[in-house]
Amino acid sequence: MVNYLLILLGTVFVNNIVMVKILGLCPFMGVSKKLEAAVGMGAATTFVLTLASGASYLISHYLLGPDLAYLTTLSFIVVIAAIVQFTEMVIHKTSPDLYQVLGIYLPLITTNCAVLGIPLLNVQAKHNFMESLFFGLGGALGFTLVLVLFAGIRERLEGADVPGIFRGTAIAMVTAGLMSLAFMGFSGLIR
Amino acid sequence: MLTALFVMAAIAIVLGAVLGFSAMRFRVEGNPLVDKIDAVLPQTQCGQCGYPGCKPYATAIAGGEADINQCPPGGEEGIHKLAELLGVEFKPFGEGVQPKPKSVAFIDENICIGCTLCLQACPVDAIAGAAKQMHTIIAAECTGCELCVPPCPVDCIDMIEIEEDVNNWKWRYPVYVINPAQ
Repeated sequence: MVNYLLILLGTVFVNNIVMVKILGLCPFMGVSKKLEAAVGMGAATTFVLTLASGASYLISHYLLGPDLAYLTTLSFIVVIAAIVQFTEMVIHKTSPDLYQVLGIYLPLITTNCAVLGIPLLNVQAKHNFMESLFFGLGGALGFTLVLVLFAGIRERLEGADVPGIFRGTAIAMVTAGLMSLAFMGFSGLIR
Repeated sequence: MLTALFVMAAIAIVLGAVLGFSAMRFRVEGNPLVDKIDAVLPQTQCGQCGYPGCKPYATAIAGGEADINQCPPGGEEGIHKLAELLGVEFKPFGEGVQPKPKSVAFIDENICIGCTLCLQACPVDAIAGAAKQMHTIIAAECTGCELCVPPCPVDCIDMIEIEEDVNNWKWRYPVYVINPAQ
């Protein structure tokens, strides 16, 4: 149990997928303009990433094995694309408003490199099934955390008196860099 | 090599089956006809058809509650398009509903008392102003729906016909007169 808690804490804070591993920057910059959209995107990504971690473990462990290890990336991409498609259908059915808000970023979860990155890191770290699930969940929660924090900051930035040349994406990039520095403060906490 | 092919094919078949099943399970019911009709309507949201906007009118047409000849901003051309889409006969405008020449509202700012009644009536937010401040029309946004005219307590809103000039001139649709051989 402690092991899983450590994985969760480690992936959310210490090895945060966006701030430390610098994966998944496209939705991080793209969907962080509004807080509600960020929360929705975080929830959708959490769902996809947890499912993808579990499914990809089963595939790489039982279906591929060491002989067909060269199919890992290919099969993960196929599985992730299918899971994203499935998520899109579920969201379209259960919450049309969220579907409208997320728009193009929902199918683009497919190309979110964090979603492919975590299953690949799972394989590399030789995690077992539960560890893979928790690694995926933790990574997704970390992604959601920084996405929501960043969206909050950007909403404040809208009203701030920013010099002309820094306005818009430029100041957002600077802010992301500062946040990344702040997350460095967690390093060494676990492992 | 062969195993790899089999494995990928198996993954594809299983995922395809799952997605196909969930597509049926999570199908979103919507009337595609309403959207098609809505795309033909001019989106002035003027309410001259008797419905609160273009989408409700489209829903009413699709449900068979409304006729296709109730949209003056769309003009005769709009009726033709609707008739073609729905596969029914063309119907001319009825009594009282006639397309008017394209026009924009104009507020006489000497008379305006700043009551904001016309702001609330405008369906496209084309009127700028605040309480006790005089209002003005953003001509580029105005759809000429005349909804702001009746609420005005001092009658300071006039509809001005848009003159044709180089900025808004468009090619006319060609009109062919077919003379059947006698």
